[in-house]
Amino acid sequence: MPTITIDGKELTVEKGKTIIQAADEAGIDIPRYCYHPGLSIVGQCRICLVEVEKMPKLQVACYTPVMDGMVVHTQSERARKGRKDVLEFLLVNHPIDCPVCDQAGECFLQDYYMKFGLYDSKMLEDKNKKSKAVPIGKHIVLDSERCILCTRCIRFCDEVSKTNELGIFHRGDHAELLPYPGKTVDNPYSVNVVDICPVGALTEKDFRFRTRVWYLDETNSVCTGCSTGCNIEVHTNKKREYKNEGRRVTRLKPRFNKDVNEYWICDEGRYSFTYVDAADRLGVVMKRVKGELQESTWAEVMPEVLTALQSAKENNKRIAVLGSPKMTNEDLFALKKFASQTLGVSQMPVTVLPKEKPFSDDFLIREDKNPNTKGAGYLGYDTDHKATRKLLDDCASGGVELLIIFHHDLEAGFETELVKSALSGAKTVVFVGSNANTTSARATYILPSCTYVEKEGTFTNFAGRVQKINRAIEPLGDSLPEWTIIRNLSRKIGKALAYFEAEDVFKDLTKNTAAFSGMSYSAIGDGGLVAEENGKLKQGDAKAAAQKTETATA
Amino acid sequence: MNVHDKYKPLTWWEKTYLPAIISGVLLTFGHFRRNMVNHIKKAIGMKPKVSGAVTFQYPEVRRPFWPRLRTLHRLVRREDGSPRCVGCMMCETVCPAHCIYIVAEERPENQIEKQPRIFDIDLGKCIFCGYCVEACPEDAIRMDTGIVEISAYTRNDMMIRRDQLLSLEPKKEYYTERPDLEGKPVL
Repeated sequence: MPTITIDGKELTVEKGKTIIQAADEAGIDIPRYCYHPGLSIVGQCRICLVEVEKMPKLQVACYTPVMDGMVVHTQSERARKGRKDVLEFLLVNHPIDCPVCDQAGECFLQDYYMKFGLYDSKMLEDKNKKSKAVPIGKHIVLDSERCILCTRCIRFCDEVSKTNELGIFHRGDHAELLPYPGKTVDNPYSVNVVDICPVGALTEKDFRFRTRVWYLDETNSVCTGCSTGCNIEVHTNKKREYKNEGRRVTRLKPRFNKDVNEYWICDEGRYSFTYVDAADRLGVVMKRVKGELQESTWAEVMPEVLTALQSAKENNKRIAVLGSPKMTNEDLFALKKFASQTLGVSQMPVTVLPKEKPFSDDFLIREDKNPNTKGAGYLGYDTDHKATRKLLDDCASGGVELLIIFHHDLEAGFETELVKSALSGAKTVVFVGSNANTTSARATYILPSCTYVEKEGTFTNFAGRVQKINRAIEPLGDSLPEWTIIRNLSRKIGKALAYFEAEDVFKDLTKNTAAFSGMSYSAIGDGGLVAEENGKLKQGDAKAAAQKTETATA
Repeated sequence: MNVHDKYKPLTWWEKTYLPAIISGVLLTFGHFRRNMVNHIKKAIGMKPKVSGAVTFQYPEVRRPFWPRLRTLHRLVRREDGSPRCVGCMMCETVCPAHCIYIVAEERPENQIEKQPRIFDIDLGKCIFCGYCVEACPEDAIRMDTGIVEISAYTRNDMMIRRDQLLSLEPKKEYYTERPDLEGKPVL
């Protein structure tokens, strides 16, 4: 393995890596536009110039492979001067319309100009005019004037989404990024090109002019769009709430996780947060009075639900629970514990498969549109669709006195007739969920619960990776996390669950479930840990977990 | 040092308050005499060394403003009457009182893509520091309307909206040219 020196730091790097990759590993920052670790290397933009001893010219760090004994200077006078000149060249036709550009604040042109540009423009000629604000897809707007032709987006469409929609047309300073004639950038991963665009050439239609990026707060979370569990950042605007206009989550951005989604996220997942503040969002406790659902309060409804539970228990009538794979591990564990200990429910189905098979591919989009089906399986839930059907059949035949349903829209997976007879077959139907649907419309009580951006917890993705979600915004109205609702119920009936935070539930969960043993919130961290059915963490993961726990306690 | 030490107890003579009253009356009378003498001198064509005190008959007569005085904001219009503001939210960002509220929107069919849909200034919060004027990259907000009488019956009425801001005009006649500085370097 070659040993090189970058800025006086001696590094041993794998053979075949380039200078910029070696520098990234060592935490030395070299500027880049066209280089992206998730894409192929083209050496297009030339901003990553570095000085290499014994080489007469400045070299591009992204394209120069490391050689034994190489001595690289990234901050020398010559290298800085070279980058400054490249930057000046890239900005020759740039419109500098930062005030109207959504990228301002996270723009690499701005960053590098302030870092080593700071020159006065020598341009006396008129700048080239190109097309501005052209929609090139369902979600993307292109501004050719701002483009610096780094080709990141083109390589993304060629290599990652493999749809080949974009190309560079014309020559010289008339060169322009455009979709091929007759094509639009509408692949299922299209908005990633906005994320990787280092300048403001590609912007997101949904985010366009909504706010400025420096107002945004970031919270690490996990996408709930499907069972892949892509790592995301939830961007919220809490400082200037009047801009939100009733939409508290501003946007989602993918977060790097080499084991799950790398740098990417699908469009479906990116816009999957809309239900958080949708019109059908439940923020108030409701109960049915004379056939009509009316607004109520926790203080009024909780005793009624408890009475219903107690009377069913005392009369030895059956209580049934339909969990949801949209709930976190914590919610599911608390529910399981409460239901088995207090209500005497042993079999709990969770799955409602949609009637039509949803779109999926072999990259990130999975058929199972629930974030935690695997976790429910680990926790002892019945993840078979047939089990749910059996439960509904039992309800329809009048065998169930009280039915508690979490989140599910039953009509999405079953015939309307069956759902109707099942829901009317049970004497009391308690619906716990974040959004109203056909099931909640037929419930006796509606208990509003938080969405994933309003609570803490963990999800287990399709591969068994346990990943943490964090609270980005305050819960809407009266809504509470599901485990809190269950905890509150358990305080009055049977054995009280002594949980105060989601972490308490998780601690109890790791003690009692083999698949999760040895985990903790600090060990899961931002990257997640893989749970194994036999209760052993994968060897590498176990070591990492132990280390993480040590550092966290230290 | 104890702050109370500087307050010496009053003597019995001071406790009568007579010395304070007498000195106050003398001061007032002194001003009255000087103003009367100086005004009479001016009226009969003599030039007194010290001018007499002047009262402006506000609001009929306004005292001229210094050119750099910051008065109520206005939004500058383009030739076609649309706002020059592009909704970049620099003023909103820099505002130390957080009194500017901007919501931007798309400006259809135009080379300039963005404009403010809402541009409110809460004058109840504004401290008239003028940072918004400094920060504006488009010279779209100025503080030269000459309006200083800002009052309302409710907090809500202290909000000035986009269209009101756009309708305001600069009032040059309220400002002086600073003749005292003519030919002198501005400090």
